[in-house]
Amino acid sequence: MSFDINKIRSDFPILKRKINGSSFIYFDNAATSQKPNIVIDSISDYYKNYNSNIHRGVHTISQEATDAYENARAKVQKHFNVLNSHEIIFTSGTTHSINLVANGFQDLLCDKDEIIISGLEHHSNIVPWQMMSEKNGAKIKIIPINENGELDMKIYDNILNSRTKLVFVNHVSNALGIINPIKTIIEKAHKVNAAVLIDGAQACAHFKTDLQELNADFYTTSAHKLCGPTGIGMLYGKEKWLKKLPPYQGGGEMISDVTFEKTTYAELPHKFEAGTPNVSGAIAFGVALDYLNGIGFENICEYESSLLKYATEKLKLVPNLKIYGESINKTSVISFNIEGIHAYDIGALLDKFGIAVRTGQHCAQPIMDHFGISGTVRVSLSFYNTKKEIDSLYNSLKQTISMLS
Amino acid sequence: MKIKEIQDEIVEEFSHFEDWKEKYEYLIELGNSIELIDKQNKIDSNLIKGCQSKLWLYAELQNDKIIYTADSEAIITKGIAAILLRVFSNQTAKDILNSDIKYIEAIGLKEHLSPTRANGLVSMIRQIKYYALALNTN
Ligand SMILES: Cc1ncc(COP(=O)(O)O)c(C=O)c1O
Repeated sequence: MSFDINKIRSDFPILKRKINGSSFIYFDNAATSQKPNIVIDSISDYYKNYNSNIHRGVHTISQEATDAYENARAKVQKHFNVLNSHEIIFTSGTTHSINLVANGFQDLLCDKDEIIISGLEHHSNIVPWQMMSEKNGAKIKIIPINENGELDMKIYDNILNSRTKLVFVNHVSNALGIINPIKTIIEKAHKVNAAVLIDGAQACAHFKTDLQELNADFYTTSAHKLCGPTGIGMLYGKEKWLKKLPPYQGGGEMISDVTFEKTTYAELPHKFEAGTPNVSGAIAFGVALDYLNGIGFENICEYESSLLKYATEKLKLVPNLKIYGESINKTSVISFNIEGIHAYDIGALLDKFGIAVRTGQHCAQPIMDHFGISGTVRVSLSFYNTKKEIDSLYNSLKQTISMLS
Repeated sequence: MKIKEIQDEIVEEFSHFEDWKEKYEYLIELGNSIELIDKQNKIDSNLIKGCQSKLWLYAELQNDKIIYTADSEAIITKGIAAILLRVFSNQTAKDILNSDIKYIEAIGLKEHLSPTRANGLVSMIRQIKYYALALNTN
């Protein structure tokens, strides 16, 4: 299929909105993506036609709902080229997935062990490990970043050792969009028998990842970042690890046998899916993957890189504009400041022009501290954005600056 | 002037603006003319929470009236602070406590009243009232 931007834009009803009388321009895609009709409709179709609890009913629609839910798991499995479908756990999203793993490692680690976290992490990636470390005493080491916002791999080599049991890195940083060298990080971690969890929340909307080839022990993402609904995501874990980890929550679905004396846990993946899951969310997640694969990730990548290049060049024409994290290895995110103007003022006025950008720390205070700034304006692009929208951003930004100076 | 009179005056001023641009240009102008907080009071303990840009607010009693001063890193936040200070500064604690903030809505800045706006307006109003409570001499 060729890349037809007009057709693609017509798939997203929200793009027709007006804000303050201007055409709505959405450049906050790293926070969450917009949803195509096909995803939105799959949710109402589920509730209109086969809403039912899954895995327990003998009746027709329960079977239909169960099939659709498991079919969605199969789509996720196929998309990420995962060996076994039971290695895909549906969670409420990346935050839930990370907490599930951190909770599991609480019992597996002790105060002699160490874990490594990158200095590019999202808050949700740091806090669960601090909570774990408070309980089991495991030490947290950090891979710092250099002036380009890239991980300092020399320091990684130095802090990685036989006490390291776990390494956590995001695939793509949400504040700067930098793609981390996770393949190398994983290979090195495996040499000392440490497990690796990769946070793919910012990666999956932009490119496809083959998890068998990557060889990460855990990988996680949130559907809402890739045209799917909120409240659903996945945790991939290698079978051997998911078997080792204790269950996170107790409840229905995750048990096979319960007496008052003892409960036997269900097999994977149900061991980690306690209670009635987000059935419509999982189905819509699968539809979102179908939609993106229908467009083709090669096409998405190519189009987004040309947008990024265009936007970067255009923004550099703005006087006194500084871009943070200008790595060549990055997704379509531009984080910037304009000298002498606070990011909040820029965001607030761009909103008046109908342009949605993110301002602030982007849940990544350590990165902001590293650059010695209190925040940035972040423009994050998606395949449904256009060069024309970037031109509008440029024009509105110039007017914004003249109003503010 | 009484609080209500100043509020009416501000509403009247804002009623002349044709579009958001004029309104925000004025807000920025107000931000630049705000009664600035003294350097010695521009300290962390006077920071208002819930704001993306740093925002300081200070109050002191002068002849039974409360004088508020403020500053912010963001000019729009400063402009919003200026609109509050113009109304509430140099008033008695009792009058401040008995006043409302309907004029914010009337000048079309209602969007800033949402607690999720991250500009600290709601927290700033709360803090103004707390000061009035604390400095109430009657
Ligand atoms: C890199 C990264 N990790 C984790 C998260 C948290 O994802 P969620 O809120 O969907 O759990 C985000 C979302 O902003 C993110 O960008």
